[in-house]
Amino acid sequence: MTSKEYKTITDIKGPLVFLEKTEPVAYGEIVTIRLSDGSMKNGQVLDTSDDAVIVQVFEGTEAIDRQAGVKFLGDVFKLPVSRDLVGRILDGAGRPRDGGPDIVAEEKADIIGAAINPYSRQSPHDFIQTGVSAIDCCTTLVRGQKLPIFSASGLPHNDIALQIARQAKLKDSDEEFIVVFCAMGITAEEYNFFRTDLERTGALENAVLFVNLADDPAVERLITPRLALTAAEYLAFEHDYHVLVIYTDMTNYCDSLRQIGAAREEVPGRRGYPGYMYTDLAMLYERAGIVKGKKGSITQFPILTMPGDDITHPIPDLSGYITEGQIVISRELHQAGIYPPINVLPSLSRLMGGCIGEKTTRDDHKKVSDQMYAAYAEGRELRGLVAIVGEDALNERDLQLLKFSDIFEDKFLRQDRDEDRTIDETLDLCWNLMSSIDEKYLVRLDRELIDKYGQHTE
Amino acid sequence: MSNNEGVIYRISGPVVTATGIDARMYEVVRVGHEKLMGEVIEIHGEQSVIQVYEDTSGIRPGEPVLSTGQTLSVQLGPGLLTSIYDGIQRPLQTLEEVMGVFITRGVDADGLDLEKKWDFVATASAGDEVVGGQIIGTVQETETITHKIMVPPKSSGTIKSIDSGEFTVTETVCTLDDGTEIQMMQEWPVRHPRPYTQKYAPDTPLVTGMRILDFLFPLAKGGAAGIPGPFGSGKTVTQQSLAKYSDAQLVVYIGCGERGNEMTEVLDEFPGLIDPNTGKPLMNRTVMIANTSNMPVAAREASVYTGITIAEYFRDQGYDVALMADSTSRWAEAMREISSRLEEMPGEEGYPAYLSSRLAEFYERAGRVETLNGDDGSVTVIGAVSPPGGDISEPVSQGTLRIVKVFWGLDAGLARKRHFPAINWLNSYSLYPQSLNQWFRDNIASDFPEVRTEISALLKVEAELQEIVQLVGSDALPIDQQLTLEVARMIREYFLQQNGFDPVDAYSGVEQQYAMAKAILTFQDEAKKAMAAGARLQDVVNVPARTELMRARFAEGYLESIGGLVDDMVGEITGTVEAN
Repeated sequence: MTSKEYKTITDIKGPLVFLEKTEPVAYGEIVTIRLSDGSMKNGQVLDTSDDAVIVQVFEGTEAIDRQAGVKFLGDVFKLPVSRDLVGRILDGAGRPRDGGPDIVAEEKADIIGAAINPYSRQSPHDFIQTGVSAIDCCTTLVRGQKLPIFSASGLPHNDIALQIARQAKLKDSDEEFIVVFCAMGITAEEYNFFRTDLERTGALENAVLFVNLADDPAVERLITPRLALTAAEYLAFEHDYHVLVIYTDMTNYCDSLRQIGAAREEVPGRRGYPGYMYTDLAMLYERAGIVKGKKGSITQFPILTMPGDDITHPIPDLSGYITEGQIVISRELHQAGIYPPINVLPSLSRLMGGCIGEKTTRDDHKKVSDQMYAAYAEGRELRGLVAIVGEDALNERDLQLLKFSDIFEDKFLRQDRDEDRTIDETLDLCWNLMSSIDEKYLVRLDRELIDKYGQHTE
Repeated sequence: MSNNEGVIYRISGPVVTATGIDARMYEVVRVGHEKLMGEVIEIHGEQSVIQVYEDTSGIRPGEPVLSTGQTLSVQLGPGLLTSIYDGIQRPLQTLEEVMGVFITRGVDADGLDLEKKWDFVATASAGDEVVGGQIIGTVQETETITHKIMVPPKSSGTIKSIDSGEFTVTETVCTLDDGTEIQMMQEWPVRHPRPYTQKYAPDTPLVTGMRILDFLFPLAKGGAAGIPGPFGSGKTVTQQSLAKYSDAQLVVYIGCGERGNEMTEVLDEFPGLIDPNTGKPLMNRTVMIANTSNMPVAAREASVYTGITIAEYFRDQGYDVALMADSTSRWAEAMREISSRLEEMPGEEGYPAYLSSRLAEFYERAGRVETLNGDDGSVTVIGAVSPPGGDISEPVSQGTLRIVKVFWGLDAGLARKRHFPAINWLNSYSLYPQSLNQWFRDNIASDFPEVRTEISALLKVEAELQEIVQLVGSDALPIDQQLTLEVARMIREYFLQQNGFDPVDAYSGVEQQYAMAKAILTFQDEAKKAMAAGARLQDVVNVPARTELMRARFAEGYLESIGGLVDDMVGEITGTVEAN
């Protein structure tokens, strides 16, 4: 509607541009800024009133001066979506990055995304077999879940994410996922790693990539995941695809959020992150799920690196309160040469309870998983004790649990990068490993299961 | 002359500033062409600052703002039960019918079905003197709950006419001689507590079926409890168990800023669940409020008030109501977010300075009361708290702990060991045992408080012994202390741990809890006797009957079978003396 160009910039600060006296501008409206050299930048209205407007510029405010022309496009940010998105590589603002043609829109979708009515959701209950024992047995992934990887710098979270993307399938089905990959501030090298692997396995044809690299504008990162999720929603709910969204690295996203908050002189919350970060993250993570009457689904696999390996840092902390569990990567296991170095103890899948058991995985899954977990937890604790008093001070039970914790890491956790174990193989392996512990100490297993699956030799 | 139409001056996220209306604080206004619902939260001269309950993208300065003259209110009457609302009492089912699966905006929906006819049975008659809160008739709302129709709190007089029959909630069922017409539906502003005659001291426990709660840290009907815990420690599972199994007559469950899928699970699961206390579907006694984390933040702020007002309304009918709020931290964060948009001076960690008084006001709406009509009703409030990083020194946890009398501290370490419910028995507390002991003596066993003391003492001793074990190993302890460790392990693994997903183990009646505690003490006594007579600790601990006793709690009818199982165990322990 307003195609007028304003030259009323008063202040420029960080990623923000302040204008005065315009026609009424809508909150959230999209803005283009024409620089004196003719180049264009894009932005979005963050605050609007009769007297002043604040615009957040996605590409950064470099080279903008007070003579720059600002146009309000009369609409909120929309992504052109189409079935043709599949197989494409786009940049962090949704423009082609692969040299291909522009996306011909079947429709334009608002990237903010509305909340799914909880009443219209369908509870996720389809077991996804990732082929990774630690995940399948202990932190089972469910279709429609949002399950982040909590990692830290220098750990092989990318390998794990890719292995899952490659191997994930419904049990006894070949149905494939469409992968929507969203890169936020990762290095070109990491990006190449992902792209090469997706190419190698042919997955790229069934993927959409949104890429904002470390040297791309930081503010753009705030829209990249929204674009990715908008594409995912379109593919899942309009075209019945099962979509797996991998986004990395959430930590970069949150840092961009902090940058905007600081530039607006907002009252900071913990560690300088804005007070609304919980709500903001929820508006991304909550765009996972299944809705009644639609065939498709969105499963999210966000990756975040915990600053200083600290799980109580606001980013993992707030994420953990929103996501349905987490997979925690451990430096200690990584250093011990174990891949995948998943620490099952702080890891969790909240939706696991409803998707495992006789009908979906196997009748012993729940109890086996509890028992494996409990024995390993106790075994790990005993390691600390042994370091002080030596093994001689342990009783027979403790000694068995201590040994079990080593077996658990060596045989159960450890697997190859392309080793794809079925859930039956994983559970049989568990019984095999648990046979090193006396039956009477396996209090979480009941008689019938021990008789049915137990591998104890009399 | 007050002006009820103004224009928008500024928009910043959920906060809109309007000029030209003479609004009162907390008045509901309609914002923009789409008439989004909002509430006035600050007045600066000509400008009214409004928090808007819906997304404000695309709204422009200059659009109209209408004041309604009303404060944020809920509709109270038949039709509340089994409903599922968002934070401002819009039924989610209606929203789905109007907007489809995604929640868009600008839709107004009544909290109650205004078309549905209810069978009203008058219990008062013409000529009766009535006062506010008095019951004049009933509606059988669900199989288990009779909805009592009350005179609105501020009305009184002599009944001129009253009729039984089929009515909608807005039709007049009763007229007073001063011309006041009474309908089944009342409206009540959510931020005002509903009136009552007086508060009583609580003397009855809210039985939850969770052993660690009922036995060690009981909550009274009309009390308030806080459950702080880091993510993954089982707050939501605990809250849901409470909603399912607690012996309140009505449950109001507020999902405040929590996960969508989890809310859906509750919505899917509850209609199929049977109330262990009445044998009828649980949904019949439940009202749910679901404002998930990505739904508008201002509606999240309102959701706890909507919930507690509904709870108070049923309390006024003489019911025992339990309210679960999961999680109050998300509510506090909503306050923080709005406060920061208002550029208010922040208190601790960016929360507004009025955080603790708001928390106190909320929890203070719990209580066992004499209602206006002389009946006895209660609201029990159980609030989950999600402290960042699990550190309860933060403002929301601290503000909560200053008010509540029961603290159920969830512990990530226990959750990590798959000890569920992961409630830490060393730092949790309840200040109610003194007032509840009489009830336990009268209704369960005369030595109930003593058994409880003995069990908790054993756990305390264990904690001390564990410190020594950490240094020297358990074999270095004297044999009687090794036995104490075994007994404490039995308390933890057999008694405190409870599987919320197991159909049988999820609910333990208080009598069964007592029987299980006694079984542990019997084991201790018998083991001591046997060992004094020369039996080895290993043999005593490993008698198969004890393992059976422990495993059998997952089988139906445990309360009947436990006596026999204990006898078997005693027999086998005695046998270990002869074997030596």
